[in-house]
Amino acid sequence: MAILDATGARGWLRSSAFASVPVTTGLIILGLLVGSSLLSPWIAPYDPRRATGGINEHPSWTHLFGTTGQGQDVFSQFLFGGLNTLWVAFAIAILTTVLALLVALASAYFRGWVDDLLALLANVFLVVPGLPLVVVLAAFLPPGPLTIILVLTLTGWAFGARLFRSQAISLREREFISAAEDAGESRWRIVFVELLPNMWSVVAAYFVNQVIFAITAQASLEFLGLGDGGRVTWGTMLFWAQNTSALIRGAWWTFVAPGMAIALTAFSLALINNAIDELGNPRLKADRLMARAGYPRKTASLMTPVKRK
Amino acid sequence: MVYLLKRLAFYLLAAFVAISVNFFLPRLAPGDPASTIIAAYSSSLNATALEALKAAYGVTDAPLITQYFAYLGNLLRGDFGLSLSQFPSSVTSVIAGGIWWSVLLGLVSVTLSFVLGSALGALAAWRRGGFFDRIVPPVLLFLSSFPYFFLALLLFYVLCFRLHWFPMGNAFSSVERPPLTPAGIADILHHLAMPALTIVLVSLGPWALNMRNAMIGVLSEDYLTLAEAKGIPPRRVLLSHAARTALLPNVTALGAAIGGVFSGQILAEIVFTYPGLGYLLLRAVGSVDYPLMQALFLIITLSVLAANFLVDTAYTLLDPRVRAGLEA
Repeated sequence: MAILDATGARGWLRSSAFASVPVTTGLIILGLLVGSSLLSPWIAPYDPRRATGGINEHPSWTHLFGTTGQGQDVFSQFLFGGLNTLWVAFAIAILTTVLALLVALASAYFRGWVDDLLALLANVFLVVPGLPLVVVLAAFLPPGPLTIILVLTLTGWAFGARLFRSQAISLREREFISAAEDAGESRWRIVFVELLPNMWSVVAAYFVNQVIFAITAQASLEFLGLGDGGRVTWGTMLFWAQNTSALIRGAWWTFVAPGMAIALTAFSLALINNAIDELGNPRLKADRLMARAGYPRKTASLMTPVKRK
Repeated sequence: MVYLLKRLAFYLLAAFVAISVNFFLPRLAPGDPASTIIAAYSSSLNATALEALKAAYGVTDAPLITQYFAYLGNLLRGDFGLSLSQFPSSVTSVIAGGIWWSVLLGLVSVTLSFVLGSALGALAAWRRGGFFDRIVPPVLLFLSSFPYFFLALLLFYVLCFRLHWFPMGNAFSSVERPPLTPAGIADILHHLAMPALTIVLVSLGPWALNMRNAMIGVLSEDYLTLAEAKGIPPRRVLLSHAARTALLPNVTALGAAIGGVFSGQILAEIVFTYPGLGYLLLRAVGSVDYPLMQALFLIITLSVLAANFLVDTAYTLLDPRVRAGLEA
């Protein structure tokens, strides 16, 4: 079965300098951010909510990233904020991925009108613009992490459902599925044993994308004042910085710390995701294999890939 | 034609869902915002005034289904009720003040990011492994990792606050909207530049990456090998043979992107205090103005649906398969 060539892909990842530099960079950045967030209760120098310095102090040795407009230590906030931001983001990513997968597999299992109905539902959710809906939903619910998780899960699953459904449908047309049907396997078994394992790369890429989506969407909501202002997250840090007019007072560090944290997390995940994407594209793979094997590319268009050996 | 009618039916359904969500949300939400508002006034008003206030905000004890049809009727007349934060004015008049600035900003930024992004992506695919392909995608990826509002804040700080190259907010410098003379238009564009620029910067990445990936798929088609073999100059192969076909998925994505740009635009308008719908939405959230918030949600959603339908129409003009009535 040529659909899943996991060992080959991993071997290629190890051997290809082209892919490994971005991926390693992404993994290192992500590891540092996640690691420091997890260790925040032990390595944070101050209580992130208490005023432990002057107002809007410049970064210094006592306050590595400076202090906020309320005198809190920005470095401690950055560490604790990471923990609070990341678990919510991962929860949203897990929930939306599972929900999307369930919808797609239900489509593939039941087919017919159930499939039509689910696809229609997903398309409606896709076409309704996200942020305004999320803002209105969050405004009517009590502020807090649970509201954010609920609202972003509700609005974030549709693209995945469509993606997984089309993947499941294209797999369903393959010969090994008809073979399984002819062999008398139950529909239940076909969906979970034959279809699901072959979707891992799409699911993995989607999950990584959802973490990015969840981090930025969460920060946007909190920046708009729809989060719980009492919690320390990267989003509420930005909210308080904006509300204490930090930029106009020149306290750029109160913005840069949480903003860069969000951007670096998203960037490292995007780097990892791009590699998953390149792994899955046989044409790009063949193109590079040919070049490495000493067939210099003479045309701008791509040759039809011929796998040697 | 059948295709377009199908799409139209779909958008009508989506609009119906959005309208219904908008209706049921405040009635299902814990705490019931309408009563909260009334409760805030109840101590200072006598019974008749309270009844009048309830009527003005559409709080009745009528059965839900009657309320629903009354609500639909009001929508059709463009009546969204009264704004809470700007009390005597109707929601409709508050929105009318902001909508054109949003439309202007949205059109300019969507067009710019679509054209620039697709061009960059086509170039990156054409020069695979070259400077463009190695440097541009990661840079764009990095830029699109920033939350919209954060990049906007940074640029605001550097270009508007420190360097004073661009105004610090609003859509024009005078108190009244300037006349559409060259000087007036220049003033409007000067205020438009920063919010538009940040939206373009952040949304460029996906366009370029999608275009690059579509181009790579197209470049392996036989007809391109033939075009090269025929000796057609590379620039023409790129532009009129490859890019034209590869653009189709990007046009489809345009529909989805309009919703995304609207979301980003809300934040950009807030950072640059640009007086569009997004800025109004922030003020509505800040002052717990539910009628204004809901009307904004509905207006933005309906405009996105309408824009999507326009994109579908454009798509039928571009793709011969759809024109011929086949499934795209």
